[in-house]
Amino acid sequence: MQQIINFILRNKITLLYLFLLILGLALSIQSHSYHRSRFFNSANWFAGSIYNTQSKVTSYFDLKAENEKLLQENKKLWSLLFNEKEQDTLPVEIESFNFKVVPAQLIKNSYALRNNYITIDKGKNDGIQQDMGVITSEGVMGIVEHTTNKFASVQSLLNTKSNINAKIKNTNNFGSLKWDTERFDVVQLEDIPRMVPLTIGDTIVTGAMSSIFPENIPIGVIKKFDLNTSESFYTIDVTLFNDMTNIKKVYIINNMNSAEIRELEDQIRNDQ
Amino acid sequence: MTNNLYISTALRFILLVLVQVLVFNNLNFLGFINPMVYLLFLYWYPIKQRRAIFILISFLLGFTVDVFSDTLAFHTVACVTMAFLRPTIMRFVFGVNYEFQSFKLANTTKAQQITFLALLIIGHHTIFFLLEIFSLAHLLLLLKKIVFTSIGSILLCILFTSLFSVNKE
Repeated sequence: MQQIINFILRNKITLLYLFLLILGLALSIQSHSYHRSRFFNSANWFAGSIYNTQSKVTSYFDLKAENEKLLQENKKLWSLLFNEKEQDTLPVEIESFNFKVVPAQLIKNSYALRNNYITIDKGKNDGIQQDMGVITSEGVMGIVEHTTNKFASVQSLLNTKSNINAKIKNTNNFGSLKWDTERFDVVQLEDIPRMVPLTIGDTIVTGAMSSIFPENIPIGVIKKFDLNTSESFYTIDVTLFNDMTNIKKVYIINNMNSAEIRELEDQIRNDQ
Repeated sequence: MTNNLYISTALRFILLVLVQVLVFNNLNFLGFINPMVYLLFLYWYPIKQRRAIFILISFLLGFTVDVFSDTLAFHTVACVTMAFLRPTIMRFVFGVNYEFQSFKLANTTKAQQITFLALLIIGHHTIFFLLEIFSLAHLLLLLKKIVFTSIGSILLCILFTSLFSVNKE
């Protein structure tokens, strides 16, 4: 007994270090699994408020560029509206829509890591929940992963865990969108069968197979494509429309039917 | 004196974390170089203090930076390891002088100080990027990140140490 106590006293620094190391490694390994720790991310109130204060100060510096972006977006939406032929009146009851949109401001961005997360200044209080889609005026940006009352943490497209259903515009050939961590403006579209005709410059949009994004939201254009090792599917490099390094305003898409869809999917899974 | 020490350590902790997460984490020089200047805390921390407390504070430091940058526990592991290894590195760099009661960082040569800082940073970055990338399939990417980020961190830390040099009493 005496010897054990002596041993502990003699090696207390090493033991303390080993304890902290194991604690740290456990947290790291946990964060490599699908969902990160629920509390220790930059959407907590402490980190969130500091980033929010910073964003309040720095957002003044690019008001002009942001205005220009907004104008371009309005231009696009107006021209869509004017060229719509079938409907001459707009439906008024927003409640009956399938998708709701919440605007938000980005307060923390990162794109140099392998698993990048973005923090935005809207949270549970504004109706944001896990697994909602996040887009910008140019295209898809990511999926909400954690929410606190005032902030939300978004899994960016530039994340090795990201997996989004995407297809080639005007066709029904869909695959999954992943990131190989090489460049922050290029993501990879996988599982497109080899008989599909492809051209460089084709547009990639979101597919209909997900309850997160509505169909046909732009993602990017084909930069180059190769057959994968099994020679039966393409791996396509997609240049993003979004400049992931410079995003300020985002929209969160709330699919009103997603709960119902997920319930159905769970039921099928349980029946199997 | 001791009171003063606590206050200056606490201030240094807060300021270094804020500078790291608000400025240097957003630098993204050449797309991926984010120098880690918060390691200066390990460099500046008084030598004669108790090691257990030093290791605990380093754990807290790494953890705070981790929470802010959504890299849970990579900084923590690297930081705690470097805090644990610091006496070994100091003995390696400063030799037997380090054992003396009168030893002060300010009294050593510039070359020794830079070597000490560089070893701290390179060790930290190696552990950090090993954990962050977590696969040897991307060996080239790993080396690229370690080498270039280390260079960036070392340059900036040297700049900071000469800006806020400790009084030579």
